[in-house]
Amino acid sequence: MAPAGYRRGVETAITTRVDGTTRTTRVDTRTTLLDLLRERLGNTSPKKGCDHGQCGACTVLLDGRRVLACLTLAVTTHDHDVTTADGLAPDGDLHPVQQAFLDNDAFQCGYCTPGQVCSAVGALAELAQGHPSHAGDITADPEPTRAEIAERMSGNLCRCGAYTNIITAVEQAARG
Amino acid sequence: MNTIGQDIPRRDGHAKVTGTATYAYETPADNAAYCALLQATIAKGQVTEIDITDALALPGVLTILTPGDVQKLTPVENTELHVLQDNEIAYRGQIIGAVIADTSDIARHAVELVHFTYHVDEHDSAYSPDRDDLYTPDKLVTGAPADTSTGDVDAAMRTATHTVDHVYSTATNHNNPMEPHATTALWQDDTLILWDSTQGVHAVRTTLAEVLDLRPDQVRVICPYVGGGFGAKGEPHAPVVIAALAARALPGRPIRLALTRAQMFVLVGYRTPTTQHTRVAADDTGRLTAIAIAATGQTARIREYVEHAGAATRMMYAAPNRATSHRVAALDVAVPTWMRAPGECPGMFGPEVAIDELADALGIDPIDLRVANEPDVDPESGNPFSSRNLVACLRQGADRFGWADRAPRRDGDWLVGTGVAAAVFPAFTMRATAAIRYDQGRYTVEIGAADLGTGAWTVLPQIAADALEVPLDQVDVGIGDTSYPYASTAGGSTGTATWGSAVLAAVETFRDKFGTDPNDGDEAEGTHDQGPFNEQYATYAFGAQFAEVRVHADTAEIRVPRLLGVFAAGRIINPRTARSQFIGGMTMGLSMALHENSELDPRFGHVMNHDFAGYHIASCADATDVRAFWIDEEDPHVNPLGAKGIGEIGIVGTAAAIVNAAHHATGVRVRDLPLTLDKLLPGLP
Ligand code: FES
Ligand code: FES
Repeated sequence: MAPAGYRRGVETAITTRVDGTTRTTRVDTRTTLLDLLRERLGNTSPKKGCDHGQCGACTVLLDGRRVLACLTLAVTTHDHDVTTADGLAPDGDLHPVQQAFLDNDAFQCGYCTPGQVCSAVGALAELAQGHPSHAGDITADPEPTRAEIAERMSGNLCRCGAYTNIITAVEQAARG
Repeated sequence: MNTIGQDIPRRDGHAKVTGTATYAYETPADNAAYCALLQATIAKGQVTEIDITDALALPGVLTILTPGDVQKLTPVENTELHVLQDNEIAYRGQIIGAVIADTSDIARHAVELVHFTYHVDEHDSAYSPDRDDLYTPDKLVTGAPADTSTGDVDAAMRTATHTVDHVYSTATNHNNPMEPHATTALWQDDTLILWDSTQGVHAVRTTLAEVLDLRPDQVRVICPYVGGGFGAKGEPHAPVVIAALAARALPGRPIRLALTRAQMFVLVGYRTPTTQHTRVAADDTGRLTAIAIAATGQTARIREYVEHAGAATRMMYAAPNRATSHRVAALDVAVPTWMRAPGECPGMFGPEVAIDELADALGIDPIDLRVANEPDVDPESGNPFSSRNLVACLRQGADRFGWADRAPRRDGDWLVGTGVAAAVFPAFTMRATAAIRYDQGRYTVEIGAADLGTGAWTVLPQIAADALEVPLDQVDVGIGDTSYPYASTAGGSTGTATWGSAVLAAVETFRDKFGTDPNDGDEAEGTHDQGPFNEQYATYAFGAQFAEVRVHADTAEIRVPRLLGVFAAGRIINPRTARSQFIGGMTMGLSMALHENSELDPRFGHVMNHDFAGYHIASCADATDVRAFWIDEEDPHVNPLGAKGIGEIGIVGTAAAIVNAAHHATGVRVRDLPLTLDKLLPGLP
């Protein structure tokens, strides 16, 4: 066993744009984007449900693409744009996906919800760009059907069991 | 003016869809320190040596709590709270220390640098219904006796023309709210503040004050939002005591502690496995002559918790001969607790599948069979039901679901079938006090209630506004803080009924005192404290669950394209939040039916699949069409509000309906949960 000091963490400075604001911090290189946001930058919009990439509660948008913040090392976001569910509603004006979640009561406890919202925004962008999924014909342009939405939203667990309403909410948002 | 019964959006909705609602760990606090737990890697024995030298040398480590080196705690009934009092280890994963550090990275790192030496004792963690050391608990958690018996079930089984006699089993399930248990704790000026993720702030205060030998007014517990609980946050567990001890060790410094997902499988309770030897006997017309269940389960050696899986059989159907019993094995395992619809959820699996088997044997529609065995009064107490609309639920559900013409069919490669099961959950209330204050044209309701996603933030103002006869937007509400009047824990589906009845009492007192033209600062309190509101009645909510199941003819892959439930649960305060609770319960029932199974390795005494990669819960693609409806039900006998509680009944019966539908589709009868494809595959046509 090496002495403790030998295994001490290493720090480095990074600059990340979080919800439109440039933030420069010194971080332990082991720190995840999720812990950077929640424990250093005071942005607790993304949630920690597992810290293992298994629940989706920590989903944020990295340069517009949905990623799991718990599986993203903070240092890799240097010079990139991170958007949380809070950042999707500048000045409190809800994003259409958020409004659709409200309209359809697509949540109960709300703990998975910011991740669901970011994931839905990412999923709709992927649909619009023609990314295929297991639920549809991969040679055709995908449509936001209930089956497609359910498939694409299955990386975001909801223990309150709001799935049926989540699908309806994302359908509503897809209609624009 | 009436807002009860109207579809009112959630007051906390905006905060939740943006993620700005602050859960316990997220409480804003300057200069927070982070706590990480040390856990036993043996299932039974003693810690003999602890080496914290390396960990303490790590820059940023503030202190390390170890066994015997913390405050002497007051012994309480809940023995799992006696953390770090001695070197004994009673189950694998038990807390045997905690590191507090400047950052969570450092705390987690330091955990790896603490070295324990153990004396290992032989442990016994293997549950089996055939163990020879099963014992009869003194009573069930409900206070009811462990065993009941009327008439002669054995004789009825011998003489009946039709019988079903099988063993059914349910798996160990872990509650797994999406928000892992978390606390931010601050010790300052001889006062402890806990921002804790809990179903009951007052319960946490009472228990923690006792354990820590503080006066209740030295402890404040705050919890505006809870990321789900499902029973696991119903009682305080060991981690919140650790957070409090850590705060005391570092006065003035806020301490943050959140459990990892793996720790959620050992430190905060679970639903035990149950084995249900179920027997029913009937005559040719389908009238039951006997119904019996012998339920077996497990508990932890350090604290008894018995899943009362036999309770529902006592009151569900009419039959002259009846028997129920509970036996339990005490093992070297983590302590079980309530999980959504304890008792009824597992306990309505075996019997509701057995009824389906009986219908099959008799060639009677399973709905008609249930209707034929409706009791006139509660078979257990002999009291009338305050209301019992099971038949209406079954009939309305059949219409909505399209139950008629339900012949199993084949759709391409898929075998398609339908199934039904009944649901029940007791309706009762606890004690709570609400305060109402008037100021500048607005009323404020305050009560220490909790909103687990159940809608308390939204429905309590509705109840107050209607009783005050003022517009809803003139009513503010404060919940989740022990600085508000005492409220019972959100559990047993009693929340809205109890707190709402307290609000009604407060409004009555307020109006009596101040009339309809109050002055600024006028304030009144009201208390609801009528456990059994009316002892002359048996009070239950009922429901009917319908499922369509598709089984792939070659692979036995199982899909549930449709779930439909109809419930009779008294007055529904807010259809929007109520529907979400019902479908949420049904979705969790689907999850229990198809996925959930905590696998304990008896060699080591721990749950092996302790994360979401191994412990599967339903995902979005599993539950695409879940619908809930309800019967308009007026029941003046349950409580002043007439609401029966809806948080739990949605999960009751779901698994049985799905298993019954899978049988209808394939002809294969699965009697142990979860219903996985390996159990269907060998029997497929
Ligand atoms: S916290 Fe990142 S996936 Fe669960
Ligand atoms: S809303 Fe509670 S976990 Fe999804």
